[in-house]
Amino acid sequence: MQRFSGLSLIRRGLTGQRGWQPQWRQAEPKAAYDAIIVGGGGHGLGAAFYLAKEHGLTRVAVVEKGWIGGGNTGRNTTIIRSNYLFDESAALYDHSVQLWESLSQVLNYNVMFSQRGVLMLAHTVHDVQVCQRHVHANRANGVDNEWLTPEEARAVCPLLQTDDIRYPVLGAAFQRRGGTARHDAVAWGFARAADALGVDIIENCEVIGIRRDAHGAACGIETTRGFISAPRIGVSAAGHSSVIMKMAGVELPIESYPLQALVSEPVKPIFPCVVMSNTIHAYISQSDKGEMVIGAGTDAYTSYTQRGGLHISRHAIEAICELFPMFRRLRMLRNWGGIVDVTPDRSPIIAKTPVPGLYVNCGWGTGGFKATPGAAHLLAWTIAHDAPHPINAPFTIERFRDGNLIDEAAAAAVAH
Amino acid sequence: MLLINCPYCGERPELEFVHGGQAHIARPGDPAECSDQQWAEYLYRRDNIKGLHGERWRHTHGCGRFFNALRDTTSDVFLATYKVGEQPPTQAQLKGVKA
Repeated sequence: MQRFSGLSLIRRGLTGQRGWQPQWRQAEPKAAYDAIIVGGGGHGLGAAFYLAKEHGLTRVAVVEKGWIGGGNTGRNTTIIRSNYLFDESAALYDHSVQLWESLSQVLNYNVMFSQRGVLMLAHTVHDVQVCQRHVHANRANGVDNEWLTPEEARAVCPLLQTDDIRYPVLGAAFQRRGGTARHDAVAWGFARAADALGVDIIENCEVIGIRRDAHGAACGIETTRGFISAPRIGVSAAGHSSVIMKMAGVELPIESYPLQALVSEPVKPIFPCVVMSNTIHAYISQSDKGEMVIGAGTDAYTSYTQRGGLHISRHAIEAICELFPMFRRLRMLRNWGGIVDVTPDRSPIIAKTPVPGLYVNCGWGTGGFKATPGAAHLLAWTIAHDAPHPINAPFTIERFRDGNLIDEAAAAAVAH
Repeated sequence: MLLINCPYCGERPELEFVHGGQAHIARPGDPAECSDQQWAEYLYRRDNIKGLHGERWRHTHGCGRFFNALRDTTSDVFLATYKVGEQPPTQAQLKGVKA
């Protein structure tokens, strides 16, 4: 792997940017691997990276039906935070934030992780109570979060309109360690680092079947580029988790919905943090390119269209214009949708499945990007040990049968 | 914005409707007789089909009635809507309907 450093950037800059190598090989599928990861998004590439780096498995392949990072990894609004209510969730998401904090160094790739802080607005008495409960629960779990008055919130984000709006801002919860990262760089950085450890990244290779042996264990995948055998298969294919897992006869408590986002024309740096509102439903931050990145809601019905209804994004824009009146004249550049896996309790599944040798990481709903390194790390652990790490042990498929839901849907750390 | 053909009122914009999830799921007659697995499947397991999906809708801001629909989840095209209690149209009946 060609390592990046300040010196190497200067040297290439002085020699016309020649001599850069591809970030990863265009690997052809081999007949057999020790482990296969289905899905070349951040979660899947990261799992392959951690399998190779921390568990010594280097005969690993990542198969991706499209191109690296072309799915939800490249479609989210890049928000990172860990201020979830329940103990299990706080442990899971904060594990991820801790990995984010050193990720650029670990990968030798600048993922532009920026801890600019995430401001969650409260507009009603109920919001205030819920936010303050989250602040206390988070602090009890060692996750930073603090309560701000409207004045303090305006000091953090001077553009914020707190009065003279339909739902005045009564306060906000602020997680300073939260922020954003550059999502493409996350996929590329993991791909490059995994490739350097010998992982084969196979693009344009769609899984069309999962083969099981005489004992029922998973033993390989049928793909559009032929059969590939492996005793351990990890599925990290959000949006299509149900479709893939059905190939092995595993039914999941998941429904797929389109989730939308949009970006404005780029403007100068004006927006210092991430702002989100559950009640009027808006997410906004500014990318390093200057675009305002806006998250909208999911459609009301299941779909695989990667599109979403216009009235959904319109609703988000109305909320943004209310909170930030100066953005009313901003033009929107692009909008798009991604397909998200939604579980009944809005918490993910990172677990072994009823099929030996088959593991799944899915159900991240509308908030999987923030969990990228954490989910990848835990999926790799679960595959390597054939047992969950203590952090992901509660996030099973069986929790729905056993009544051990981790009900972030009701806790509503975000709007759903 | 989709146009949805309510079997009682005709075509109306999507905003008048509420999606009611997968259709044709029968509630177990005696929940106390169910195993945890059977009850969990009734509550939580959904087919999540990529393709033709049988689903319930309610014309909330119209007649208020529930009905069923066949929709292609890869294109969001409605192939048919039909009343509660009726069976979904067969492949032969759908012939010629563009997905």
